[in-house]
Parts: sequence; structure tokens; C-alpha cells
Amino acid sequence: MTLNVSGLGVTLRKRRVLSDVSLTIGKGELVGLIGANGAGKTTLMRAILGLVPHEGQSSLAAMQPLARGRAAAWMPQTREIAWAVTVETLVTLGRTPHLGMGQKPNDADRAAINHAINRMDLGLFRKRAATRLSGGEQARALIARALAQEAPLLMADEPIAGLDPAHQIATMECFAGLAAEGRSILVSLHDLGLAARYCTRLIVLDKGRIAADGPPQKVLTPQLLRAAFGITAWFEQTAQGPVFQPLDIVK
Amino acid sequence: MKRLFAILAAMMVLLFLGSLVIGPAKTGIGENLVALLAGGDGPLPLIMREIRLPRALLAVMIGGGLGLAGAAMQGYLRNPLADPGLIGVSSSAALGAVLAIQTGFAAMGSLALPGAALVGALAGVLLVMLLAGPRGSSLTLILAGIAISALAAALTSLVLNLSPNPFASNEIIFWMMGSLADRSMTHVSIALPFILTGGAMLASLGRGLDALTLGEDAAEAMGINLHRLRLTLILGTAAVVGASTAVAGAIGFVGLVIPHILRGFVGGRPGALLWASAMGGAVMLLAADIAVRMVLPDRDLKLGVLTALVGAPLFLHLIYRTRRAGQ
Amino acid sequence: MAVGLIGSAVKADAPLRVVSMNLCTDQLAMLVASDGQLVSVSRLARDPRSSAMVEQARGFPVNHAQTEEIYLMRPDLVLAGRYTARATVDMLTRLGVPVAIFDPANSLEDVASRLTQMGEALGREGRAAEIVTQYRDGLTEFQAEVTRNPRAALFSANGYTSGNHTLAGQILLTAGFANVAAEAGYAMAGNMPLEVLALAQPEAVITSRPYPGGSRAEEIMDHPLVQSMRRNTAGFTDHDWVCGTPFVLRAIGNLAKLRQELEAE
Repeated sequence: MTLNVSGLGVTLRKRRVLSDVSLTIGKGELVGLIGANGAGKTTLMRAILGLVPHEGQSSLAAMQPLARGRAAAWMPQTREIAWAVTVETLVTLGRTPHLGMGQKPNDADRAAINHAINRMDLGLFRKRAATRLSGGEQARALIARALAQEAPLLMADEPIAGLDPAHQIATMECFAGLAAEGRSILVSLHDLGLAARYCTRLIVLDKGRIAADGPPQKVLTPQLLRAAFGITAWFEQTAQGPVFQPLDIVK
Repeated sequence: MKRLFAILAAMMVLLFLGSLVIGPAKTGIGENLVALLAGGDGPLPLIMREIRLPRALLAVMIGGGLGLAGAAMQGYLRNPLADPGLIGVSSSAALGAVLAIQTGFAAMGSLALPGAALVGALAGVLLVMLLAGPRGSSLTLILAGIAISALAAALTSLVLNLSPNPFASNEIIFWMMGSLADRSMTHVSIALPFILTGGAMLASLGRGLDALTLGEDAAEAMGINLHRLRLTLILGTAAVVGASTAVAGAIGFVGLVIPHILRGFVGGRPGALLWASAMGGAVMLLAADIAVRMVLPDRDLKLGVLTALVGAPLFLHLIYRTRRAGQ
Repeated sequence: MAVGLIGSAVKADAPLRVVSMNLCTDQLAMLVASDGQLVSVSRLARDPRSSAMVEQARGFPVNHAQTEEIYLMRPDLVLAGRYTARATVDMLTRLGVPVAIFDPANSLEDVASRLTQMGEALGREGRAAEIVTQYRDGLTEFQAEVTRNPRAALFSANGYTSGNHTLAGQILLTAGFANVAAEAGYAMAGNMPLEVLALAQPEAVITSRPYPGGSRAEEIMDHPLVQSMRRNTAGFTDHDWVCGTPFVLRAIGNLAKLRQELEAE
């Protein structure tokens, strides 16, 4: 088991944000975390990592910081690149948990960095300042950074928000490929269509609690969509795979 | 990177020697250095060892410390406007030092004066971090800095004006602008332990500051202990700025100008910027201290005047750029 | 007002309510004025570090050279220094209060002329002439034989030193010393860099006593270099050095003793 969470709860500024969340993620799973705005997706992911005070257990939060850094890569929602470092330097930062103070990257580190850069198709941008790239290119550079971390679990908070359709699809395909290689992925997203197509499993958060957990076709039922999202949708298995299209707001 | 190191090192050595051979006692360069190294009779060895050497050493220590502290603060706050002078840390340190001198606490022992300045600097850093938040926007950071500087400067002036010593109130400018004139080995020895300890603390932050390029959450998830990083940064900055200000007054802009100039040469990496800024700071202060002696040899022109003449236009340029980037 | 006191007299048109607002005119006036003629002296007159006449000054109310307080004392003459409280002097002049301005003394001869000027201002020429005679007599006693002139430097806060054309410089010369500042090219007063002092290698260093509270300006006197020079022979300047009054005789006397000790070694 890559991740084991039980009875997780978070109270921020006296407001209950997360209650009694239990879940497990195994090898090779691509889990989509979905839910309306404010449902607690970001808080859940941060609590799993131990970045916010919480109750209950998370196998990641229990680890020593450095061990945790090797066990899970985390991509926050805000795509922060504070200084004009090259893409290569940015991706190298992903090796931080593997390098001690003042240690230079060895061959294995370099291989991981090159692999991540090629995987995200960033070869041409290698020596460019990351701050000068377009939003989509920056997003890819940050994903490459997370990949270079080579952790068994990758957690990403809305990694495809703001990307063009091609890069959205490419990113989800990349995640699916990683899962196929045996890594585990927990990704929060708002695009239910892409979630339905690529995720092996969906977890729905509603008002800080898990409303559903299972394969997409089991989870995205009309009742759940109405209760958790307030929408109706069209969802069919087609020759091109599952297709999900939101339709109306439920009054 | 190796070239940058070599260039900075060469400049440091040259300016250090320059600082040793320039002074009101017009004696030959070779004669000076022989007197410094070999000693001998007459006043020259004394002048070299007791007047010029401490001055050059202090320029290296304080310039290096301020450059390092500026680079570390900027890396942590991810803001190129963070400078110990601008955000009020130096003025708070000056207040601590002035209080210690005027209450007689500074006479209690050699650690009392830099210790008191350290406490002042600590209060300044904590206050600015509290006011500006973990990733303060430029505006809140500068506003907090102005408020803290103004308050600390006003209290410093008040303490000096209340002093029974008629010279004290004329020294407001020294505490605001800084000077290395007439310092002795005593000042080197009281400042050195603090600057070395604080400098070592700040130098250890490279890895964490690099990771912070990606933001606090990402850095923490990569195994960086942010609490320890913050504590080390605050204590290290307070020690370096406190001890520097205690012996030389508040010298501004070194921590702003040097990281700004050198950032491009180290590929923007906050960790590599640390050692580069330490060397660059030493170079800048050595040069400034030589300049004050050459421009107006008969008067004690304050170091801060020169650093501000270089730094303030750059600061305006940075504000302009930050504003445009924010739009 | 008693007219016709022993030895001297107050003229009929002499001022009756005199206020002094400068440390040096304070002392000159206290020496020369008749009883009751002087109504106030400056705050500094009671400061033992600056004033040689603290005890006498306690007998007068003090002022702070503020126009309003001076005006309310209804003086018919105000005594002021050339360079002090100029705004107050201007304002008082405009209000029609007579102000007598005294230049600072830059030589031992100036002491006598200031005393004479004070006598004229207060209508006490006789008393002033008496003091001048005593002063000159005292001065000639120091013209005694001096075998050697040891080189000495006056060095106080911020490296302040005085050349031969200053009161302090003349005190030094009259006490039998040679002035290092004059050798280094300082005719008047100025700030001498520490390096220049070290190069000159004076036999004696005469500094001021540090004020309480501490200041960076005075720290220069604690510099290891100055300390090592002071180990030879050290003297201090004090309240007798500040103003051009007959008390400079005491300063010369103390300094001459220092020179004799130095020569006895």
C-alpha cells in the first residue's frame, strides 16, 4: 500500500474543514480527487502530507520529513517560481530529498533529471529561465520537477488548471503512463470529463467528507452529481472510451 | 561559477591591500606592508596594526555579513527588496546598541554591546516578519520596514538627546549612516564571534532557500524543515546585523545592491547567491570605505552616504520593475 | 543700589538688571559685576565639567537662552557670546533689549581684553582693571626658566586638537610644552586623524575627561593607540580650559606641574 489514511480531520480557525476521511491508495492507481469549490480537496492533500495540523492517521504525515520527501512528490496549486532559474535548475530542485547539504547531483540524479525533462518535452527549454516561459510551459516544468523527485506517490493539486486542451490531455496521459509503470497518483481536478477518462478511481469530497470512492462509472451517478456538484450530466461508455459532459445546474 | 568566485576573490584581496595602504599618514606602500607584517620600531607598525588593519578587517566582516544577510532574507521572503537596512533591522540594532551604551550596560563586558544590538535586531526582524507575513508582498514589506525604521530611528534620537553626554546627540548620523573611522582591534574582537556564528548559520540555509524557490508548501514537502529554517534565518540575521551595527552603525543598501547585481551570475539560485553575496558585500564595503577616505580625507564622511548613493537609484529601479511585474 | 563700594563704583548710567546667557560671559560677569547687578546666568554655569565658578553660579537663577524667559526677566542688558543663541540675540535686539556681544578668547591676551570689555559693559571698569592686573601678574610668574619644551598633543573627542592660535594652544605653550598640532600644520583648532597623532609620537597626550553616558566621539580617546601613548604622560583638560577667564592660570599651573614631572623622569 502506498498511502494509508484513516480518520483524518482538520479544523482551521475553529471551522471544521475535514471530517473522518479514510482512504488507501495502492500501487499503479491514478486517483482523481474531485469535489465542488471549498469541498476540502487542497486541505485533504496537505493534511495527508502533514502540512496542516490534523487528527487521525496518515502514513505519510507520520514519516520523517526527508523520508516523506522521498515517498511522495507534492505539486501545490500555486505555480510558484520565485527566481529566474533555468528549467534544468528548477527540475534539479526535485532531487532535494535525495541530496544532503552541499552535495552535488551524481549520475543517478542526473539521469532522473534528464528523464523528467524529456518526459515533459522540455528539452528545448532546458537552459531558458523558467520565469520567462508561458503559463503552460511553467506548469510542465513544475511537473517535471515533481517527476524528478522519483517518489512512489505523486500528489498534484489541480495540475491541469489553465492548460490548453492538448497539454491537459498530455498531462493526464503522462500520469496514466506513470501509473502504468507502477507509481501511484493522487490528483485533484475540476474537469470531470478528463477525470472520467483517465482516472482508475475517483474520490468525491463533499463538505469535508468522502461522498463516494470507486471507479468513475460507479461514482459519477446522477444522484451524487446532484448532491455534490448541483449539476446534471451526460455520461456514456463509447467506442472512444468513457465520455462525460456536464449539462445543467440543478435548481 | 568558478570564474565569479575567482573574480570576487581577486577584488577582495586587491581592495583589502588598498584599504591597508590608504590613509592620512602618507607613507610608501611597500614600507606599509613591511611594517604590518614584520613590525619593527617607530609608529608605522602601530598605525598599520592598530588603525588600518582593524578598519580593513571590519569592512570585510561587516560587508560580507550584510551581503549574506541580504541574500538570505531575500531568498526566504522571495522578494528582491528585502535588505536588513531597508526593512528596519539595522535601525533596530542601532537602537539596541545606543540603549546599551547610554545605560552603561555596554560596559558590563565585551559581549554586552553586540548582544544588546542583537536583541534590537531580533526585535526588528520578528516585527517585520509579523507585519509582512511569510511571503510578504513588496508593498507590505517596505511599509513595515519604513514603520520600523522610523520608530527605531526616533527612539534612537530620543535616547541620544536625553544622554548627559553632549557629543551623543551629534552622533545620530553615525548610527543612521555608519562609519569605520577610528575603530580598533577591540571592535574586531567583539564583533567577530557574532558575525562568524551568524554567518555560519545563514550559510547553512542554501539548500532550504533553493527549495523555497518553489514555495513554502513544495519546500516543506521535499523535507525542508521550515520552522528551523525560519529560526536559523532570524537568529543568524540578528547576530550578523546586530554585531555589525554595534561597531559601525547602520550601513544600508549593501544587502540590497549586492544580491541584485550577482543574482544573474549564479543563475538565480538563492543558495549559490549566499556565498557570492558575502564576497560581493565585502568588496562593496572595502571599496566604499576606501572612497570615503579619498573623497573627503579630512572629514568623517559616513559610509552609508556612499552605499545609499549607489543603492537608492537601484532601489527605485527595483520598485519600478516590481510594480510592472505586478500589473 | 549701593553706589561707591570699596575700590570701585557703579556708574550712574550702568545697567541694573543684567542677564548673561553664555557660559563665558557668565563667569566674566560674576567676577566683575557688583552685588545685585547680575540677575541670571546660563544653565551651563552650574555644570562642574564646563564652569569654573559652580559655587558662585548657585547664587543666581539660571536661564536656557530662550527669548521668552530672558525677556520676562526684564533685563536692561543681555550678555551673549558671538556664536551662541543667535536667534535669541536677534529677537531680543528687535524687542529693543540691549545686547552686548563677546567674542570667544583665542589667546591669553584676549582674556584681559574680555575682562576690560565686561567692565565697560557693566560700568565696573575699576573692578575689571583690578582683576586684569592680578591676571597679568599671575601670567608673568610662568615666564620662569624652562630648560626643555616636551612635545605634547591636545587630543579630545573626535580627535579635536588645538593649534597655537587658540586659547588651549597658548595654555600649552605657556606651561612650557611644544605643540604637536602646530608641527602637523594646525594653526587653529581642527580634527587630527589618529594616524597623524601616532606618527608625531608626542611625549604627552592631553585629553578631555569623557562625559557620562558614553559617545562614539570620545571612544577615540580609548583607542589602544592613544592608550599606549597616554602610558607615558597624560593630562586632562577641565573647566579651567573652556573660557577666557583668569582661571586659565590654574590650567597653566597644573600643566606646568605635569611638565616638571616629565622632566624629572
